Amino acid sequence: MWQQIYDAMKDKGFVVVAVAMDTAEAARPYVDAAKPAYPCLVDRDHRVAALYGMVNVPEAVWIDENGRIARPAENAGSWDGFRRRDRTTGIMPKEDVDLIVRAKRTYMDAVRDWAINGAASRHVFDEEAARARLRPPSEDVALAHVHFRLGGHLLRTGRPDEALTHFEEARRLHPDSWTIWRQTAGRNDQGFAANADFWARVDALGESRYYPRVDMEGMP
Amino acid sequence: MAVVLTDQGEFEAAPRRSPPGLWLNTRDLARITGFEAKPEGFCKGDICVPVPHGVARYVDEAGNIDAAAFWRHIGNVAVRDKAGEVWAFGAGAGERAQALETLEAPDFELPDFDGRLHRLSDYRGQKVFLSSWASW
Repeated sequence: MWQQIYDAMKDKGFVVVAVAMDTAEAARPYVDAAKPAYPCLVDRDHRVAALYGMVNVPEAVWIDENGRIARPAENAGSWDGFRRRDRTTGIMPKEDVDLIVRAKRTYMDAVRDWAINGAASRHVFDEEAARARLRPPSEDVALAHVHFRLGGHLLRTGRPDEALTHFEEARRLHPDSWTIWRQTAGRNDQGFAANADFWARVDALGESRYYPRVDMEGMP
Repeated sequence: MAVVLTDQGEFEAAPRRSPPGLWLNTRDLARITGFEAKPEGFCKGDICVPVPHGVARYVDEAGNIDAAAFWRHIGNVAVRDKAGEVWAFGAGAGERAQALETLEAPDFELPDFDGRLHRLSDYRGQKVFLSSWASW
């Protein structure tokens, strides 16, 4: 997904670190097919989500040369077009296709600008602005992550029923997390966590976005 | 045997008493949580947590510690399976929020698809675009 930008920017002190919020077995075919040149890590327990406040994919954090957060966790340039696709014909209105392209391009241009200009990029937040955009966890969210971790262990050690009770608790305690919800959800015919329950949950968002707007000039 | 999952890894320990609680000897407590029993309390680096006055709810007469109760007492989170054989210990909201507030990117170690471990801090000196994805 990020191969092009990595290839273009890797000589400018820029690296992509991709983290799969997933099991290695499920994610491996994608990595084997795409063979990204940048590091691809497996985070079956969603540790990085817990540390940075990530709640969906794709999200990204910009981290500068000194290991400081330049942009906290946010939607990495996706647009909600999939919600406007006709669920029978699969057809998406042209304006949404255009908005998907525009959102992605706007975001990619910003990443490129940061890769080239570093701290001088206009897309880097100052400390106050960065702090204001952090997603510090609530007590419930912290608890959700240990339930999720425990559930994952129980699932791997052959105790799916007990795992499910902890997954359900994690979902209840952290309702904003799509990563926890979808990781533990049923799959549709194509093997994706996009069954009827998923669509009901997406529809319940109403006017809220599945991919929240990226706080960036020119972003739809 | 009990299994304890923490941010540092997976640990095995022999509980000294049955649940509720995860009763460990001080050596296992130190191995799993990093907190060592000292005269001034339980200490990790410069931080010491005094044992509360009177009957400490998480220390018994034999000197065993309910690691789960202790862990929660210092603001963290711990949950367990029904049998009390598997525990998950994590940082509390306060610690996570404090870490984020500094704007220092929290470090972590994860394997790649060949099992090789990477730390975020291995990439210090570069601009890191840390991105999430999933197959689902």
